[in-house]
Amino acid sequence: MIAIVDYGAGNLVSVKKALDWLGQECAITSSPREVAKATKVVLPGVGHFASTEALARLGLQNAIAEAIGRGIPFLGICVGMQWMFERSQESPGTRGLAVLIGECQSFPASVKSPHVGWNQIEVASSSRLLQGVPSSSFVYFTHSFRAPLAETTVACCEYGGQFSAAVEREHLFGVQFHPEKSGAIGLKMLGNFCAL
Amino acid sequence: MLTKRIIACLDVDGGRVVKGVQFENLRDAGDPAELAKAHSESGADEIVLLDISAAHERRATLLETVRRAARQLFIPFTVGGGIRTLEDASAVFSAGADKISINSAALADPTVITRIAERFGSQAVVVAIDAKRSEGTSHWEVFTHGGRTTAGRDAIAWSREAESRGAGEILVTSMDRDGTGAGFDCELTRCVADSVRIPVIASGGAGGAQHFVEVFGEGRADAALAASIFHYGFSRITDLKQQLGAQGIPVRWPC
Repeated sequence: MIAIVDYGAGNLVSVKKALDWLGQECAITSSPREVAKATKVVLPGVGHFASTEALARLGLQNAIAEAIGRGIPFLGICVGMQWMFERSQESPGTRGLAVLIGECQSFPASVKSPHVGWNQIEVASSSRLLQGVPSSSFVYFTHSFRAPLAETTVACCEYGGQFSAAVEREHLFGVQFHPEKSGAIGLKMLGNFCAL
Repeated sequence: MLTKRIIACLDVDGGRVVKGVQFENLRDAGDPAELAKAHSESGADEIVLLDISAAHERRATLLETVRRAARQLFIPFTVGGGIRTLEDASAVFSAGADKISINSAALADPTVITRIAERFGSQAVVVAIDAKRSEGTSHWEVFTHGGRTTAGRDAIAWSREAESRGAGEILVTSMDRDGTGAGFDCELTRCVADSVRIPVIASGGAGGAQHFVEVFGEGRADAALAASIFHYGFSRITDLKQQLGAQGIPVRWPC
């Protein structure tokens, strides 16, 4: 069972719908017990970085840490990916999960923010999540903060400078864009994740 | 490069698309779910479904329509029409919408923008503005209820307020151009785009590819929405995107 973690922020239906389409058994849940025993965990996220504080409050942060500790695949989407880093300028007092090094930052004043729409990603061939996804593929973004380029970056995007569009380390995966809203190529990525 | 978005709009009444359609290979040309899928496959970057039925008893039909359309749609999907409260919005999101579009209700009570944005994120809240030029000026007045009632607001000032209250995008429709095919009101679009930081979707007046070139250029729009131009088949989205690409407009193509 793939657990789609519900911490009260945003709309999780789209992610569930995409996994349903792929024929995956999945459930939207806010139960730490269900998350801890899931076979895979997806953490969607929209809105403000501070909203991730609910994860600790609801006992979900520990459940996610426990699941990750067992080595099961984890996918953070949008703010869910940003939360994998140490912190974000958006809410300096909020701690991320800190399984990845770095701080999420705002866009420079030279470009409009938020970054909304379809943009292209450059893909590293080593990625398991992005297996079969060609460079220059279009994916759908909507965000005001972004993760820096890091050793774990497997796809980058250009908008007021380069940033991490996708990160990957062992069984931990994060995407800044919305694969569930990125047409056939997004479904391919989710299919890759489900097949891990 | 961030591309300019082409958005296909479906006007729906009682679960049926009310404008004519010319898609080939559709079993049922008035079915919103089939049309949404067909537009998506022909290159639309986003789908907007606008419920134009006034009758309250048709809301249940709308939610079922949204559910059916969303099931096979994996690009951003916005639903508008008749959304007045956070509860209305929640029902539409639960049915599978990614964004809601809100118009009259936001003017009547702007705090509803904030309430929906706080729960679902600003990226999920599109404020739609129907604007009409005050004759002979560069000012636009806001109208509600399908253009029948003046809101007594200036379109630029209202765009700014909507942004400050948590809107994630502004959808601005020129009532002067809507349905004319004479081109977008680029001056209106540009005034709005220069007044806010959030993306601006231009609507009303699309008649050909050149109109999209203009609204993305001089109009500074981030996205452009059209309904009848796609439905009647003057301009398949595939063809439109190829023409825009050839004229140097960044578009998602092939997709």
